[in-house]
Amino acid sequence: MNILLWGVLPYVMFVVLVGGLIWRYRYDQFGWTTRSSQLYESRLLRIGSPIFHFGLLAVIAGHFFGLVIPKSWTEAVGMSEGLYHFNALLVGSIAGVGTLGGIIILIYRRRKTGPVFMATTNNDKLMYVVLVAAIIFGLWTTVASVFSNTHGITYRDTVSPWFRSLFILQPDIAAMAAAPLAFHMHTLVGMALFTIWPFTRLVHAFTAPLHYLFRPYIVYRSRDKGASVPARSGWSEVGTRDRDTRKR
Amino acid sequence: MRVMAQMGMVMNLDKCIGCHTCSVTCKQAWTNRAGVEYVWFNNVETRPGQGYPRRYEDQEKWKGGWELNKRGRLKLKAGGRVKKLFGLFASPLQPELKDYYEPWTYDYKTLVDAPLGDDFPVARPKSLITGKDTKITWSANWDDDLGGTTEMGHLDPIVEKVRRESEDKIKLEFEQTFMFYLPRICEHCLNPSCMASCPSGAIYKRVEDGIVLVDQDKCRGWRQCMTGCPYKKIYFNHKTGKAEKCTFCYPRIEVGLPTVCSETCVGRLRYLGLFLYDADAVTAAASVTDPQDLYQAQMDVLLDPHDPAVIAAAREQGIQEDWIDAAQKSPVYALTKVYNVALPLHPEYRTMPMVWYIPPLSPVVDLLRDQGHDAEDPDVLFGAIDALRIPVEYLAELFTAGDVDRVTLVLRKLAAMRAYMRGISLGNEPDESIPASVGMDGATMYEMYRLMAIAKYSERYVIPKAHAEQAHDLEEMGCSLDFDGGPGMGAMGSSPFGEASGRPTPVAVETFHALQDRQTSDSVAGADTLSGRVNLLNWDGNGAPPGLFPQRHPTEPPADVAALEGGGGA
Repeated sequence: MNILLWGVLPYVMFVVLVGGLIWRYRYDQFGWTTRSSQLYESRLLRIGSPIFHFGLLAVIAGHFFGLVIPKSWTEAVGMSEGLYHFNALLVGSIAGVGTLGGIIILIYRRRKTGPVFMATTNNDKLMYVVLVAAIIFGLWTTVASVFSNTHGITYRDTVSPWFRSLFILQPDIAAMAAAPLAFHMHTLVGMALFTIWPFTRLVHAFTAPLHYLFRPYIVYRSRDKGASVPARSGWSEVGTRDRDTRKR
Repeated sequence: MRVMAQMGMVMNLDKCIGCHTCSVTCKQAWTNRAGVEYVWFNNVETRPGQGYPRRYEDQEKWKGGWELNKRGRLKLKAGGRVKKLFGLFASPLQPELKDYYEPWTYDYKTLVDAPLGDDFPVARPKSLITGKDTKITWSANWDDDLGGTTEMGHLDPIVEKVRRESEDKIKLEFEQTFMFYLPRICEHCLNPSCMASCPSGAIYKRVEDGIVLVDQDKCRGWRQCMTGCPYKKIYFNHKTGKAEKCTFCYPRIEVGLPTVCSETCVGRLRYLGLFLYDADAVTAAASVTDPQDLYQAQMDVLLDPHDPAVIAAAREQGIQEDWIDAAQKSPVYALTKVYNVALPLHPEYRTMPMVWYIPPLSPVVDLLRDQGHDAEDPDVLFGAIDALRIPVEYLAELFTAGDVDRVTLVLRKLAAMRAYMRGISLGNEPDESIPASVGMDGATMYEMYRLMAIAKYSERYVIPKAHAEQAHDLEEMGCSLDFDGGPGMGAMGSSPFGEASGRPTPVAVETFHALQDRQTSDSVAGADTLSGRVNLLNWDGNGAPPGLFPQRHPTEPPADVAALEGGGGA
C-alpha cells in the first residue's frame, strides 16, 4: 500500500501533469486562459483575488523551503530547529490563512453573483473542491507540525527526504510512511490537485507572463502560417437559451 | 529609415448622418455571437456625448495610452511592467459591463406562446448575461442625437475640459447645442499601448499592412490591453475569456475588398488606403514634449510615396511594386498629408492612431443657417469659424490636443472648398483668391473636392491585394478571431475545459476570394464555394448552403463534428 501511495502515485501524477500540460499546450491553446469573470463583478474580486494569489505565492515559497532545502543546510547556517519552526509556523499560517480567506471570498462571490455562478463549469466546481481541500489539509499540517514536534517527528525528517528522493528515482517510501496522517492527507490531495491541474483553468499559472518584463513593447509579426484544420459547422446564437440548456 | 506599409482609414465627419449602418453590419459580421453581445468593434457616437464605453476619454480615470516620464521617455499611463504584473490578479482599471451596457434581448416567444387572455402579451426585456428580466438603462448609443444631453451633457469628458478652460462658455441648452457624429473603430496605431500592455505578447502588428490583431492562442485573458487602450477598443469575450478587437476586416483587405464598415457606409464617408511610414521614427515622434506637436510629429513619420529615396527604401524592405503604386494613389495619404485636412483622434494619447478624421464643418454651417446667414459665403463662414469658438474648441480637444489654430485651418479649408466650388457650379469664373486664402491653389482644391465629393469606389478604396506568392499562407491563416466562438462560428459547446476550448478553426480566406469574384463578375455563385460555414455577408441569396442554418437538433451534432471532438479527446 505504501509503495503504491508513495512510490507509484507520485510518478503517475508527474506523468499526467507533464503529459497533460504538453497535450493541452499543443491542442488547446485557445482554451488556455484565466477565464476572468471581472467583467461581471469587480468589487469582491479586487479584494479576494490578490489576497488569494499573493497568499498562494507565499505558500509556494514556503513549500520550496520546507521540501527542497535539507535540514542539514539550515542547521549549517546556524538556524535552530525552534527558530525554523517558529518562522515556518508564522509565515506559513499567515500565508495559509490568507490563501484560504481569499478563496473563501472568491467562492462566495462565485456563488452569489449570478453571472459569475452561471459561468462556472462542473470542471471548475471539482477544481475548487480539490483546491480548498488541499489548502485546508495544508493548514492542518502546519498546525500539526507544531504539536508533532514534541514527538520528534517533523516533516523535515519524513516528507522532505521522501520528496527529494523522488527526483533521484529512489523514493524513500519508509520515510514518508512514517509521517503523521495530516501529511499523508495533504500530500494525497496535493497530488490529486496536480493531476487535474492541466485539465482545469488552473493551467493559467503555467503561463504566468514573466517574459513581459523582457519583451519589447511593440510586437511586429508577419502573417501567420496557421495549421490547416477542418472547419467545424454550427454556431452559438446570441440569446439566453444557451444559459437555459446549461441549467438542465 | 525602415519603411513599412500601414493600412489606414479616413472618415469625413461632415458626411456622417449617424445611421449606424456601419455598426450594424460590423456587428453582423464580427460580433454576432455569444460572449461578445455587448461588443461593437465599430460604434457611432453622438458628440457631445459620453461615448462607448461611458466616459472612455477620461484618462485620469482609465489611465489609457502613454505619457512621458520625468526623463521625457514614453511610459504606459497605467504603470510600468512590474506594476502591471503586480496588478495582474485583479485588474484595477478595467471597465465593467455597466460601463458598456448590459446586453439584452426580448422574450419574443411569449408573443407567440401566450395563452388566450384579456391582456396583450408583452415581450419583456431579458438580460443576455443572466437570462433574467432586466431593466434597460443604457446602451452603446443611449445618448444618440443628444438624447438626455440636458441631464447628462456635462458628463462628456471633453465638455468638462473645455468648460473648465473656457469658464462655462459651453452651453448645452438645446437651442445653442451643436452636434455631430463620430464613428469609431480600432485605430490600428503605430505605437499601440494595448500591445505594450499585453503581458502575454499576444497582440501584434502585422508587418505587411500594420493591422493590429490579437492572437487568440496566445491571449491568456489578463485583460491589461483593455486598460492600455485609451480608445477602449479592445473587448473581453466573457465566454472564451480572450480579448477581441476590430480586425480591420483583414480577410477582406487581403483580397482587395474594403472593410465591412466602409463597404456599407451609406454616406460613403470612409476612405481606405496605404501609408508608408518610417518605423524607426515612431517612438521619437510619440515622445515629443508638447502634446500639440504630436500631430506634426505623426505627419512627419508618414513618408512621401513619390519620393525616390522613399521608394528605394521601400523596395529594400521588400515592399512590392503594386503596393508602392497603391501608396502613391492612396486617398488617405492625400487627405492627411497632401491636403492636410484629416486629423488623428486624440493624438495626445501618443499612440499614433491610423484612423483619421476630417473634422465636421456642419456644426458651424448649421448654426449659421439657423441664424439666417448665407452658409456658403466664404467671408461669413470664415468669420463664423473664428467666432464660434465653442464647437471649434471642442473639435480641437478631439483632434489636435487642443490646438485651436490647426482645427480652424482645416475648417477654413473646408469652408473655402464650399465657397470655391459654389462659384464654379454657378458658372462664375473660379475665384482663385479663395483657395489662396487657405494656402492652396485652385487645381489642388478642385482635386480635393473631387476626392471628398464625387470620388468613385475605386478611388475611395485603394487596397492592394496581399501577394500571390504568400497565398498559401493566406488561405488558412491561424490568427485572430476565427475560432470556436469566434466569427468563424465554430461549435461552441461547453467542453470540459470551459467554453470554447479546443483546436482553432482557421479563416477560410477562399470564402472571401469567392466573395470578391462574385462582386466583380456577373455569374451566380454556386453553393459549392461555401464550405461548411456561411458568413451571411458572403451569401448571395442563392440556395441554402450547408451551415446556413443552425442544426435542427443542437444536442445531436453531425457525424463529422462528433468525430472531430472525439479525436480531440474533449
